[in-house]
Amino acid sequence: MVVANRDARGLTGIDAGTLRAMYRHMLRARLLDERVWLLNRQGVVPFWVSGIGQEAIQVGLGMHLRPGVDWVAPYYRDLALSLVLGMTPRDHLLAAFAKAGDPNTGGRQMPAHYSSRRLNIVSSGSVVATQLIHATGVALASKIRGEDAVTVATTGEGATSEGDFHEALNFAAIHDLPVVFLVENNGLAISVPASRQMNTHDVADRAAGYGIPGVVVDGADPVASYHCCGEAIARARAGQGPTLIDAKVQRLTSHSSDDDQRRYRSEEDLETDRRSDCLVNYARRLAELGVLTSRAEAAMRAELVAELDLATAEAEAAADADPATVLLHVLGDG
Amino acid sequence: MAVRTYLEAIREGIRDEMRRDDRVMVFGEDVGAKGGVFGLTEGLQREFGEWRVMDSPLAESCIVGVCIGAALNGMRPIAEIQFQDFILPAVDQIISEAAKVRYRSNGDWNVPMVIRAPFGGGVHGALYHSQSLEAMFCHVPGLRVVVPSNPHDAKGMLVAAIRDPDPVLYFEHKRAYRSIRGEVPEEEYTVPLDRARVARAGDDIAVFTYGLMVQTALHAAERLSADGFSVEVVDLRSLRPLDRASIVESARRCGKVLIAQEANLAVSVSSEVAAIVAEECFEYLDAPVMRIGGPEVPAMPFAKSLEDAYLVDVDKLEAKLRSLARY
Repeated sequence: MVVANRDARGLTGIDAGTLRAMYRHMLRARLLDERVWLLNRQGVVPFWVSGIGQEAIQVGLGMHLRPGVDWVAPYYRDLALSLVLGMTPRDHLLAAFAKAGDPNTGGRQMPAHYSSRRLNIVSSGSVVATQLIHATGVALASKIRGEDAVTVATTGEGATSEGDFHEALNFAAIHDLPVVFLVENNGLAISVPASRQMNTHDVADRAAGYGIPGVVVDGADPVASYHCCGEAIARARAGQGPTLIDAKVQRLTSHSSDDDQRRYRSEEDLETDRRSDCLVNYARRLAELGVLTSRAEAAMRAELVAELDLATAEAEAAADADPATVLLHVLGDG
Repeated sequence: MAVRTYLEAIREGIRDEMRRDDRVMVFGEDVGAKGGVFGLTEGLQREFGEWRVMDSPLAESCIVGVCIGAALNGMRPIAEIQFQDFILPAVDQIISEAAKVRYRSNGDWNVPMVIRAPFGGGVHGALYHSQSLEAMFCHVPGLRVVVPSNPHDAKGMLVAAIRDPDPVLYFEHKRAYRSIRGEVPEEEYTVPLDRARVARAGDDIAVFTYGLMVQTALHAAERLSADGFSVEVVDLRSLRPLDRASIVESARRCGKVLIAQEANLAVSVSSEVAAIVAEECFEYLDAPVMRIGGPEVPAMPFAKSLEDAYLVDVDKLEAKLRSLARY
């Protein structure tokens, strides 16, 4: 095993412990995500929007961030990223059940609107691409104060058509702000394919228009994702400015629990994506590297399912928001 | 006390607060070397440097969105929108984001920022440099909307706005910049963001107004006083929230109410004040609530004849007051 681990580092550039930790994060997010889908289909959770298929790039990114020091302006598929940063399945189940104890929003927003002041996860709304400008402003404040914090903003490729995408990248580039823009490019904005969203093959091509590096990475490959994000974050931290990462990922579920992608995607297309499942492929790779045996994987899975069972029960039993609180938190004094 | 123009008072408010608090920064188009298109931020970049008085790209959503982000990360930004007419590309960031961050995060996050914008007409600004768009923001919980009418309030309310923990839209009448002068204390002071002020006491008619129209109302009130009519002029100052108690008190005491504004009337500040009076002062009224404001046209035209036709001036306001007095 020791020999295998050393080989793993040689083959991946990442030590075995980190490789396993990354798998655990991905698996934890996947199990949680699947659980909430199940609860939705049972009719006890009104809505869910999923990150299944996008865990690898999110974990590869999150491993480089210092929670509570670095900043993240996420989007709604960043379940795995939020877990890497320190949020828990219980947190998000409280959100799914819309409970008062939901630390993201107190049951005010739909689930998947990730937020934690403690962890520097910036509150997001549902209007896509707005968070990219917030991230730029966060990074400006860090730069003004001379801090070494890096801010990461994530988005889907559909939101790159919004004006805020342009305004954010343009301003961040002008001042070499310490921010990384990660596009989790699953090729679909609900039903509209990327070919109807932009006339470039890669979102990364647009980086040239801002005078910043644009890189393409296989976002289903956790190892490649880890290295790519690490370089962009190091670059930002060194004062060399923003990077646009175009991570190709697969959306393995419908857009949301209210969507059925079989209406606009062929079975062949869906099958191609399923074969690219980042979690399944990573498990196989770790087994081949000797980093994670099937027995160890099963034990990890059992531990995470137990955590999830407990969190589900706790969240479902938690208190609803008191109706009187509907009037709170409009302005500071009320 | 020193005498300052409205513009100088605002600049002093920014400068003093930037000296006291290094979290305060200014971000907007041409605010740096040029000192703003009205010269309001003149000298600030020289004193505080390019990072705290920063020229933005020509992109209003960027201006507001960057300030939201900076506010989330510990700064106290002042966004300048060059003309209120150009705030519309930033409305998504203001209404979908700034106004909702505190509420949607259940009080975990807040956005302490000020958005300054000159508004109003009478300067040959035509359709896109003359508008009074305050009403659309007054509809939105989570925002404060203030319009100071004189140098004292302009400085005191700006300092209060900078220190406020929530987004404050601070609208300045551009024709007041150099035409309105007044005494401004040298020492540190603030003016509350949610209180109206009785600009002239009276008993017969209460005029509720704000911004430059306060001056117009004061002149018209003076004309009526020659004929023995006692007109109270209430400067609303805060348009969201409205100072409900002050409105009710003056309306009940006077029994006749006129609401005057430069903006067109439909679904406006005057509508809301009229609703408050209708709800809370019905039994005290001696006449129907009256309103005067701009016509229902898209915006103010360029030609002087058309601009004059649009604007409420002292003569028009006086005539409206006399018709209310006669009722």
